[in-house]
Amino acid sequence: MSESKTVNDNKKTESKKIEDQGIQKGIEQLTPERIESVIRQVINDETGARLKVYVDTCLHCGLCSKGCHFFLSLKDPKFSPAAKVKQTLWEIMRKKGKVSPEFIKEAALIAYTQCNMCKRCAMYCPFGLDVAYVMSVMRRICYKLGVVPLYIQDTAHSHSVAMNQMWVKDDEWIDTLMWQEEEAQDAMENLRIPLDKEGADIFYSVIGPEPKFRAQLIFQAAVIMNAAKENWTMPSMPGWDNSDMCMFTGDYEMMERLKRLHFESALNLRAKRIVMGECGHAFRSVYDVGNRALGWRMPPIEVVHSIEYFNELFEQKKIKIRKKFERPVTLHDPCNIVRGRGLHEMARNIVNATCANFIEMTPNREHNYCCSAGGGVINCGPPFKNARVESGKEKAKQLFAAKAKGAEVVIAPCHNCHGGLEDIIHHYGVEMELKFFGDIIYEILELPE
Amino acid sequence: MHSYYSFVTGPLAWIAFIVFICGSIWRFNSLWQLTKKKDSAVFEYMDRKFALRSIAHWLIPFGSRSMQLNPAMTVATFLFHICLFITPIFVFGHVMLWKENFNISWFALPNMAADVMTFIVIGSCIFFLWRRIKLPHVKYLTTPLDFIILMIVAAPFMTGFWAYHQFPGFVSMTIIHIVSGEIMLMAIPFTKLFHMFLFPFTRGYIGSEFGGVRMAKDW
Repeated sequence: MSESKTVNDNKKTESKKIEDQGIQKGIEQLTPERIESVIRQVINDETGARLKVYVDTCLHCGLCSKGCHFFLSLKDPKFSPAAKVKQTLWEIMRKKGKVSPEFIKEAALIAYTQCNMCKRCAMYCPFGLDVAYVMSVMRRICYKLGVVPLYIQDTAHSHSVAMNQMWVKDDEWIDTLMWQEEEAQDAMENLRIPLDKEGADIFYSVIGPEPKFRAQLIFQAAVIMNAAKENWTMPSMPGWDNSDMCMFTGDYEMMERLKRLHFESALNLRAKRIVMGECGHAFRSVYDVGNRALGWRMPPIEVVHSIEYFNELFEQKKIKIRKKFERPVTLHDPCNIVRGRGLHEMARNIVNATCANFIEMTPNREHNYCCSAGGGVINCGPPFKNARVESGKEKAKQLFAAKAKGAEVVIAPCHNCHGGLEDIIHHYGVEMELKFFGDIIYEILELPE
Repeated sequence: MHSYYSFVTGPLAWIAFIVFICGSIWRFNSLWQLTKKKDSAVFEYMDRKFALRSIAHWLIPFGSRSMQLNPAMTVATFLFHICLFITPIFVFGHVMLWKENFNISWFALPNMAADVMTFIVIGSCIFFLWRRIKLPHVKYLTTPLDFIILMIVAAPFMTGFWAYHQFPGFVSMTIIHIVSGEIMLMAIPFTKLFHMFLFPFTRGYIGSEFGGVRMAKDW
């Protein structure tokens, strides 16, 4: 009871009080003229009928509200998707760019920290208006005005300096791979993490935080690849990081450089396809946003998310398990690979192949609630953590409901979702364990002799 | 009074239809040209099958989760739109006008049915108005223009009902009815009422994105 009381506890959101140094310093340098000229440039040169139709067609009916976990959690009309448009581009277009630095500050807070760009609302709007797109235009304007939250801008800086998200140096990257290879050899003799192998079937790429904080995931992936006897490789040079915070800050030029390097790393090695670790936003950047920015309708080389890859391993019987994972699990459907790529049924195939007890959380599949961390929101860092966790109240209720049915473990095949759900689980006292598919498969994998 | 009547049924009616048709073509064309110039990727991803799949789901009552979560709104919206289109085309008085002026005729609604449908339109408008005033998340989004549009839509039905049933002052009311209908027609290209023409495209595009690229449902 005390748990559900915490969830229902209606706290006022504190986002208004949040001061972010990146945003604050950014607006101090703004003049109305500069704001107007940047807005005009973005709207006239970089957008067109889509933005116009999205803003003009909205009938202000409010049906999108039930699509947004911010609104559902906070019950504040300012957090409905259409309200976020009202407070940003609706006003900007009405005033033809004549808005104040204070307005830009609020708009930046909304676009960067109060929308996960999960596109769930597009499924609740009768017209299918894409508010995530409108928010991305707002972010683009803020980026060009130099008004970006400090923490996410730091990751974007890292991207531009080191071509990875976490300031990982070139030698540290190779060092980490060799270290994980050595560790994994304890589990599997003769295991290799082949670097820069030409013509491999699989080019395996990960996000910056994997070598930085979650190196065991590389270890696990190496064990699974070796157990499946894959002809695979990882790049030794920049291009290994498939993540992309520049996509979320609005720095599209940098996003294009990152995606180009990533694709080229795989193509230069004449790899047959790219398999990516369990990350959602990176998949979005490679499969949806980055390739389009570079002028490719679809990615220039096949891009496969871990879920699709693991599903294939089980379908083709490339790996065997010792026994099924016993503890009851539930599955969180990440936006970028479910609403972004329809991998929900494959995810369920993997759950059924690996786990003995599966409990669905509701709503699920395309209608699952977002973790509140995606879209770069968690990357905006500590100043926004409390507000972010509060906007996950609806998610906490959903987790509690799955727990009430017996679920003990939440499978979340996405890094951002892990971060977001971890905070929600702690804050609301949900007491469930989080796992990647890789964790589960590694745990029950039958290692070849 | 007679000269007013001839004006609103003569020149003004022609103007209203011309503004409606030409205005709609102009607005549609300008958006189309802008899409070609600035958002040509839209054409690249448009997919007839997935667009129609999405449109179909959203044209079937309760065909989407959003509609299931808002049952009152779903019922009101569907009845409202159906009656909004059917009533003016098939109401007896209008069918007679077409017959008298252009010698073309078609099926006319029984008077009782026309009355019921008129009430449905007015009732739905009251429901929409209630939402705009009472529901905080709708109220927050509502602008004065939204009330005006609601009035523009409700007015022809209220005045039409009044005129048909010959309530006091029905002669003037007939003229107001005609003018209000003409205002509504002329407003379509220049207000949010234009959504009737944009729906297949916005829905079709997101349906194509979800179906063709994201391989997911969008309803």
